[in-house]
Amino acid sequence: MQYLLSGITTGSIYAIVAIGFNIIYNTTGIINFAQGEFLMLGGMISISLCSVMPLPLAIALAVAVTAAVGYCIELLFVRWIHNPTVLRMVVMTIGISILIREIALHVWDEKVRSLPYFTGNEVTSVSILGARISPQILWVLGTCALIVVLLNLFYGRTLLGKAMRACSANRMAASLCGINAGRMVTVSFMLSAAIGALAGCVISPMTQTQYDCGTSLAIKGFTAAIFGGLGSSSGAVIAGLLIGVIEAVSISVLPLAYKDAVTLTLLLLILVVRPSGLFGSREAGALKEF
Amino acid sequence: MNSIKNGTAILLALVVSFLVMSCKGGGGGDTIKVGALFAVTGPASFLGSPEKKTAEMFVEELNANGGLLGKQITLMVKDTGGDPAKAVALAKQLINEEKVFAIIGPSTSGESLQVKDLCNDAKVILLSCAAAEKIVNPVARYVFNTPQKDSHAVARIFGVMKDMGISRVGVISANTGFGKAGKEQLETIAPKSGIQILISEVYDKDATDLTGVLTKVKAKNVQAIVNWSIEPIQAIVAKNIKQIGITVPLFQSHGFGNVKYAAAAGEAGEGIIFPGGRLLVAETLPDGHPQKELLMNYKRNYESRYKEDVSTFGGHAYDALLIFKTAVEKAGTLDSEKVAQAMEGITGLVGTAGVYNYSADNHNGLSPDAFEILTVKGGRFGLYTRK
Repeated sequence: MQYLLSGITTGSIYAIVAIGFNIIYNTTGIINFAQGEFLMLGGMISISLCSVMPLPLAIALAVAVTAAVGYCIELLFVRWIHNPTVLRMVVMTIGISILIREIALHVWDEKVRSLPYFTGNEVTSVSILGARISPQILWVLGTCALIVVLLNLFYGRTLLGKAMRACSANRMAASLCGINAGRMVTVSFMLSAAIGALAGCVISPMTQTQYDCGTSLAIKGFTAAIFGGLGSSSGAVIAGLLIGVIEAVSISVLPLAYKDAVTLTLLLLILVVRPSGLFGSREAGALKEF
Repeated sequence: MNSIKNGTAILLALVVSFLVMSCKGGGGGDTIKVGALFAVTGPASFLGSPEKKTAEMFVEELNANGGLLGKQITLMVKDTGGDPAKAVALAKQLINEEKVFAIIGPSTSGESLQVKDLCNDAKVILLSCAAAEKIVNPVARYVFNTPQKDSHAVARIFGVMKDMGISRVGVISANTGFGKAGKEQLETIAPKSGIQILISEVYDKDATDLTGVLTKVKAKNVQAIVNWSIEPIQAIVAKNIKQIGITVPLFQSHGFGNVKYAAAAGEAGEGIIFPGGRLLVAETLPDGHPQKELLMNYKRNYESRYKEDVSTFGGHAYDALLIFKTAVEKAGTLDSEKVAQAMEGITGLVGTAGVYNYSADNHNGLSPDAFEILTVKGGRFGLYTRK
């Protein structure tokens, strides 16, 4: 049971990171490799603000500022690529991630910080069926669930959400229907930056935030996003948790050093059998460029 | 047009060659070139950043007081990011292009082991700020280090465990040079000290959560857990241990010697036991203690200048420069062979980490009593006393 819970602990971190990847993917069909940096920014900004204002306000402001950063990135870089092929966009997002990282290094220096725990402190733990877990994990899981529900509503029910999905499926056709595809991309960058920032805040008490923490988080999140089938938020969450649990099980029987080998082997196997990921639909996968 | 271009090119070439000539020879001219390889950024920045600040402060002070042998010191700090491959490239640059006389650093053991032979072959004096045994054993003519040794840290930890009646322990360590070296020492010294290591796991230094592996350790029913790393993960280990309800004491390595780690661990850090230099508890030393004055001086200067707490890591850079200065003054010349010889002759030199006694077969110079056993109380470091 304790292994399962520790798997969920790591898994919930992967899951919340993974959700952010899907939003930009859903509109543009690309992977935003600067997603990890949004997390870092969210964490860093809220930590800085937290000393002068209450925690919820600091987080809200951090999310807003990071969304603005997402907007600027779209405005300054993404919009100017005339022929947005997958490769160009990917290279550009990698460049942006390095840029944000370096700026963060100069703004905040290299030291590690973290937000205070939302409930309790470093030593509090909740007992579930005899096993223990930090209350912060419940916050992370709750936030995941909330984001997934809201996103599903947004994409399924609202006009803006539907328009964004249309852009992903076929940008040309969407424009012909009167959808302003450029604006949808802007919105998706803002939304994904905001969700990334929120995720960065929620996991900061556990993982700690440093100027270069984005990359390693993004890799795990990316794995979870692919595992769950790109584009599907609920898939990403389930896949993230699943990866965490697989890792925990692997740790329980094998030395810790083999953890990543086991997880990645499983991931490769699944991708060979189901290239669209666990929860991605086959037809949709076939239509997509990447 | 063409001739003008050619003229400019020749002029440029002349200027460049002149510049190159004037830079040649670290010992020649009016300055002594000293390189420094510190992990100023990256996961080991907790080490490199105070080291860089300390080295800059030390050299500035030295230059203001007339320099070394009447020459000013030019300190060239390079940021390795804690990456051994980068450290090697930068060391080559310092040796071959900048022609430095000596190198301070690198910050981490993994990097130091990679540049050890490089510097020794080039006859460039290397004063490593990292602790691993292998840096000075086997001895390389021009390679020295200043921190307390891993084996001494392990011996002190096991000593405390014996007092507490602990014999079954679990070990976790990072997959870095420092982690590997510590794990090796723990495993070799344990049988001699009557300590049984029931489980020894290695984790990734960038890991963000270790509850999985700690659950495994918990299941082994150990009486204490030893963690060996230098990265911020040390704070996460402390938190995870409390979160999954482990109650046995946590021992950390001397890599915990930065009070920010204790702050990062918050309440979970309380009661952590680790071996550390006296710098961390300078105020509590009795007035007659040989290190007291030097430690208080360094602490005051550093803290007033940089507005942050001192850490033992900055102290390692301080000691490296102090030893370098003493040896050069003793040798009276800038000949690496003679300076290395003078360094081996240093005895009774008081530094931040302890009292240095170097010799031809001991390039570390410290004894186990350079460590004090410390603990975390109320977010600060204090001397450990048995309850």
